[in-house]
Amino acid sequence: MDNSVSSQDSIVSVRNLSFSRGNKKIFDDISLDFQRGKITAIMGPSGTGKTTLLKLIGGQLFPEQGVITVDGQDVHKLRRNELYELRKRLGMLFQSGALLTDMNVFDNVAFPLREHTHLPESMIRTLVLMKLQAVGLRGARNLMPNELSGGMARRVALARAIALDPMMILYDEPFTGQDPISMGVLVHLIKSLNNILGLTSIIVSHDVHDTSAIADYIYVLSGGKIVGQGTPEEIQQSDSEWVQQFMTGAADGPVHFHYPAKDYVDDLMSTGKRY
Amino acid sequence: MIQFIQNLGKSTRTSFNKLGRATYFLFEIISGTLGILLRPRLLVNQLYSVGVLSFLIITISGLFVGMVLGLQGYYTLSDFGAEETLGVMVAASLVRELGPVVSALLFAGRAGSALTAEIGLMKATEQLSGMEMMAVDPIKRILTPRFLAGLISMPLLAGLFSAVGIVGGQIIGSGLLGVDQGIYWSQMQASIDFHDDIINGIIKSVVFGFVTSWIALFEGYDAIPTSEGVSRATTRTVVNSAFSILGLDFILTALMFGDN
Repeated sequence: MDNSVSSQDSIVSVRNLSFSRGNKKIFDDISLDFQRGKITAIMGPSGTGKTTLLKLIGGQLFPEQGVITVDGQDVHKLRRNELYELRKRLGMLFQSGALLTDMNVFDNVAFPLREHTHLPESMIRTLVLMKLQAVGLRGARNLMPNELSGGMARRVALARAIALDPMMILYDEPFTGQDPISMGVLVHLIKSLNNILGLTSIIVSHDVHDTSAIADYIYVLSGGKIVGQGTPEEIQQSDSEWVQQFMTGAADGPVHFHYPAKDYVDDLMSTGKRY
Repeated sequence: MIQFIQNLGKSTRTSFNKLGRATYFLFEIISGTLGILLRPRLLVNQLYSVGVLSFLIITISGLFVGMVLGLQGYYTLSDFGAEETLGVMVAASLVRELGPVVSALLFAGRAGSALTAEIGLMKATEQLSGMEMMAVDPIKRILTPRFLAGLISMPLLAGLFSAVGIVGGQIIGSGLLGVDQGIYWSQMQASIDFHDDIINGIIKSVVFGFVTSWIALFEGYDAIPTSEGVSRATTRTVVNSAFSILGLDFILTALMFGDN
């Protein structure tokens, strides 16, 4: 496994990061680099802390050890208003969309503009319609979030994430629970937004097929460690058993099908007392 | 025994920890006040959903409480031939005690539980987290206007409760049971003191509004972000608000009316 990514043109760099929840070690001394202008994917099974990594990058959680820099700034040393200034340049797409349920689509997309700029309402309208046009939902501007399908909600959230023209977008499981059509739409959108707007994208996902199709570089995480990294082709041909199991979806392998338990026969023959 | 002491220590620490977080949370809410006063539309929206939507329950309850006071007061007072003082009795009970206390209990049930559920669900659906990532402080943007709305609405609702209750007492007392209307009102005017009764009642309701809104918002913000967590938080809001209102009512009454 080569470590070919140089940290020179990386927009986000993670160095020696460790983080635990309770007694469970989520990250154990990992280092990652995310290159400017590229789509980098973080993959791994559920519960490996992929979302936690995004929250660490966004400064919502604090690491136990290690340094995370975003665009040259150490996220966890920033003061609150400096952190907020940085976040204005980041977009984040939550798994649920996280749309504000008491506002319609238009107002949701206009929200960051109204909070952070003093633009006149006519200009906000133009900007919002442009962002909605980009995700194909200009016609849905008057709908409320509960009237949207899951895929549409995510597209609205995407329009909101690009409202302030960020330098980078963090995607948290953008493909989970999508039908093939909305999946295709999202994959296409993420790729084209990244290229047209010159963004940097970080995608957290366990969807092997669609993520490999658009990612420039992939990190595979498991058990708090990086178990594989490289371009999608390199990952496909990885000789790591673990990565192979993950990419092919085999039921048993280094990750066992069974949750750790005592011997099956012993268990069946025992009295069934609770321990 | 050791286990018992351990548990006691643990739960004491948890409670103090929560109290500390709640206090810090309160300061953060209050520090957002100026920002909200510059954007009054946010406050007006919340005054509508916290205050105006509680209008009906407060009015109807006030009317019935006043009518019951009219009936009970009349039967008791007439035993002593003192039914002319019915107006004083109804008004004093309402303005001093029942107005602030009952309207605060109703407010906790109607508006407090709604606030907790709303904030808890916003947390569970990552709306608060999403706002933070958009560099908008959810405490100042979402919670401060709700807190101020609770603080402003409560005394107004308590006043409404007392006013409607006094009319209810009058409907029963003079409309049904034959107490002279002029006496009902004039006795009331002569005996109810603006400072001792009305101002003290308003102070009580401001305190209750403050405590109820604080509890409701904190429980929502501190809720475990699952459906079970939110439902428990809603229950805690109503229970803790009721205890706080009744406990504080005793303390405030002792302080205000102690030397009479």
